[in-house]
Amino acid sequence: MKQTTTPSQDLMRGIWRENPVLIQMLGLCPALAVTNTVANSLAMGLATFFVLCGSSLLVSLCRKLIPHQIRISTYILIIASFVTIADMVLEALTPEIHKALGAFIALIVVNCMILGRQEAFASKQPVGRALLDAMGTGAGFLVAMLMMGGLRELLGNGTLLGFAVLGPRYEPWIVMILPPGGFLTLGLWLLLLNWLQERKAERK
Amino acid sequence: MSTPASPGRIIGTLAAAGAFAGFALVFVHQATAPRIARNKAAALERAIREVLHDPASYDTLYFVDGRLTPETAPDAARVYRGRDADGKPVGFAIVAARPGFQDTVRLIFGYDPRTRRLLGMRVLESKETPGLGDKIEKDEAFVGQFEGTATPLKGVPAGKRAADEEVDMITGATISSRTVIRIINEALARWGPLLEAAP
Repeated sequence: MKQTTTPSQDLMRGIWRENPVLIQMLGLCPALAVTNTVANSLAMGLATFFVLCGSSLLVSLCRKLIPHQIRISTYILIIASFVTIADMVLEALTPEIHKALGAFIALIVVNCMILGRQEAFASKQPVGRALLDAMGTGAGFLVAMLMMGGLRELLGNGTLLGFAVLGPRYEPWIVMILPPGGFLTLGLWLLLLNWLQERKAERK
Repeated sequence: MSTPASPGRIIGTLAAAGAFAGFALVFVHQATAPRIARNKAAALERAIREVLHDPASYDTLYFVDGRLTPETAPDAARVYRGRDADGKPVGFAIVAARPGFQDTVRLIFGYDPRTRRLLGMRVLESKETPGLGDKIEKDEAFVGQFEGTATPLKGVPAGKRAADEEVDMITGATISSRTVIRIINEALARWGPLLEAAP
């Protein structure tokens, strides 16, 4: 395959310009479901980052060994192994966060953002570029998760990472940490980002 | 796209990938299992102290051949008997489980056999639907109902709670709420008489 992007573009495009959640609208299930606090968002983002990097690395390493017909099943096997490892490590190190994330850790397997990067990129690219791409996409996912979690915890609980930020007189908007708050927050961020984009386009 | 791979190669690749995945998981499991067990033991102890309202001490009793005994029996069902500062029993903490909506729900509840009322309830393990079924452990209003409730419990639609033994179920999580109630009722039906007869 002809190289059309530079390594830094491989890394950077996932973080912002092609952000998996905010631009590509992938991985919305965890982005809506577990972002009610910054700590949960961070743990989910890091677990996904780990799974994505590990899978991309392995898929890219084995890309010439895996027959075309069974590539998807092999990718899923690789991804599922990394997810199970992440699950066990999280349970051993941070049982509280593991409990809070519940079934969603296992569901990283079906995050189409991860399978998408394997099929679209890692399976066709050398190891270094695949890893850069995975790191960029994983970091982009983490950024989006923190944007969601930060706003929701701040408005819904008056805290950030558990520290009181808005003071005792702040009346928390409980709805923000409940499921509807996930949709509201995602909608607000998309509104803001698209509005900025449009303004930038108009200026040109 | 490429030429089709031979069946042998396909089977070989999948088998090798499966074997590698298996080895990796066994290795990580071995490495993390002791820590996970320690965490669970600590969580259980915290839960016992919570449902018995911080007893001065507690001891473990085992159900062997239809009676309660302090002798260790690793496979037997067990209860934890809390005592206050004077050594008087304050109640029992019982761990029980049954299948819920998604997976087994395991919980612990405190029970005072003298009044036949509950002292409290905490869910130890569940994978109920986030946002609905998981309210059986996260919703303070639901969890709080189990303090001082008379037994056997009776589930009623949310907001209809009137009598001492009634528990408001969670709207949209009927199966999960009913599971909690049934776990406690079944455990008490089985072991309640033994606990009342205990010294």
